Amino acid sequence: MQRFILRRFLQSVLLLFVLALVIFGLARVSGNPADLLLREDATQEDRAHLMRALGLDRPVHEQLYLFLAGALRGDLGDSIRYRKPATEVFFERLPNTLRLLPLAMVGALAIAIPLGVLAAVYRGTIIDRVSGAVAVLGFATPSFWLGIVLIYVFSIKLGVLPSSRMGGPSHYVLPAITLGVFLVAGMMRLVRSSLLEVMGSEFVKLARLKGLSQTVVIWKHCLRNALIPVTTLFGVYFALLITGAIVTETVFAWPGVGRLTYEAVIFRDYPLLQAVILLKAIIVLGVNLGVDVLYAYLDPRVRYA
Amino acid sequence: MARVEERIEVGIGSSPAAEVSTRPRSRGDLARLPWVSFFIIAVLVLVAVLAPLVAPHSATEQSLPDKLRPPAWQEGGSTKHLLGTDVLGRDVLSRLIYGARVSLIVAAAALLAGGGVGLMVGIVSGYLGGRVDSFLMRVVDATLTFPTILIALLLAVSLGQGLQTIAIAITVLIWARFARVVRGEVLAVKARDFVALARVHGCSHLRIMAIHIVPNVLNTFMVLLTLHIGFVIIVEASLSFLGAGIPPPTPSWGQMVADGRSHIASAWWLSVVPGAAIMLVVLAFNLFGDWLRDWLDPRLRQV
Repeated sequence: MQRFILRRFLQSVLLLFVLALVIFGLARVSGNPADLLLREDATQEDRAHLMRALGLDRPVHEQLYLFLAGALRGDLGDSIRYRKPATEVFFERLPNTLRLLPLAMVGALAIAIPLGVLAAVYRGTIIDRVSGAVAVLGFATPSFWLGIVLIYVFSIKLGVLPSSRMGGPSHYVLPAITLGVFLVAGMMRLVRSSLLEVMGSEFVKLARLKGLSQTVVIWKHCLRNALIPVTTLFGVYFALLITGAIVTETVFAWPGVGRLTYEAVIFRDYPLLQAVILLKAIIVLGVNLGVDVLYAYLDPRVRYA
Repeated sequence: MARVEERIEVGIGSSPAAEVSTRPRSRGDLARLPWVSFFIIAVLVLVAVLAPLVAPHSATEQSLPDKLRPPAWQEGGSTKHLLGTDVLGRDVLSRLIYGARVSLIVAAAALLAGGGVGLMVGIVSGYLGGRVDSFLMRVVDATLTFPTILIALLLAVSLGQGLQTIAIAITVLIWARFARVVRGEVLAVKARDFVALARVHGCSHLRIMAIHIVPNVLNTFMVLLTLHIGFVIIVEASLSFLGAGIPPPTPSWGQMVADGRSHIASAWWLSVVPGAAIMLVVLAFNLFGDWLRDWLDPRLRQV
């Protein structure tokens, strides 16, 4: 078990290291990184000063050392737009995103599980077809557009829900829906197919032979097993939510790290962007590592695979 | 944005026989062909190719007196601008038509690049096996659990926006999915007698991969390509929406949705129309891809 955790941990660290190299390399491939880091109104003197400060006048391997050493200390440079350390800006915004993600996740599960179960139980009927159609539509709908359409319908036409920024509970509704829909289609199909598989197994036949009702068999015996693949994919879903949060928070002017990513892109704030990317990567890898370890703990087969 | 992966993999573990038997199909069954998809795709391709001929106006020419005209069927609209005009007085329909071109070119470039890389990695990994295989598959797994869109954004900022950057960015996003599926396929092909025969005959590994393996995974590859068209269009639109796509003034659907966002209260058509176009086209390509998969390579349902 310890070996398993250690191996997975080292893999994650290696991946982060590669990512840091990519970030370091990209800033240099495209020309002098000083130009990416400076404000547009910077003078030649500022530039020379920054180059000295960052050690850009030194050989590449020393620069790499400086960059990595800085990153390890949590120093990823100052945001150009916010004029303070990029990591600080990130952690100021992070709680806002963390308030939104669980809602979206729970909402998606609350829709995907019942629909997936219904589709599996009534397989081949109109219910299955409708749920299939919903999934197909879900896969084809760009979530940034869905958010805008929701704003148009519920905020502008009906005037029942706020369209942007944070506030009371009603501010959470539309962003959570937009972000949740991002997951629903895939989850629903996964629940359906894994439930169908479980429903064909021996212990389910036994449960039926014992005379248990359909409801108990499906919801208690089958669903528990059918949800295993869904929980294994938690890490993947989390990464998807982090991705989805970029467009969702942009559409709803939600002051989280997704919106911050967008700002870093449109303001060409390279130090902020590299910090956002590295920190998000650490979070996603951390969650994935946690899920894997938990899973290996629960299911010994994984450890020795 | 990574949803296509689930579309390919939802079949994980489902019992193959039961899954396939729900959809009996024969090749001659015309009624089962996705005619609507064919039609939408055909219209899209025609319109994109013939853009200068079919577009009623220029896609980039501004005309401030005509700004924010609603679509023809709404009060104040005219048949001169069927889908209305934007803030700069540009014709929405014309921009949509030229935008179709951009979407298709980007999709083609990105799929060829990303699919090509994935195909090569998949073949090398599956054929050579051993350490190379386990290393490459680790990289694939790492890529699949990582929010790769961040890398795409990073590329756009550091390399500058443009077709090339998007193609590289989307390559980073999709190569791993191709590699994984192709590798699985190669494992099956590799075990067949003709590969051993070729080896006995004195073929080099490189030759076997190029001449004997590639043609046998081509069906799978084509299906994967088709299944990813819709995904790539959505990714391109999302990148454009986030200001990291094809730079303006070249019209792109994602950019159009983004531009219309701040005018949603007064001019709904600016965002809604291009978004609906994206959805329709992606839907058509996805249904087409599903059909092609069932027809050419039903095993992929269970990959």
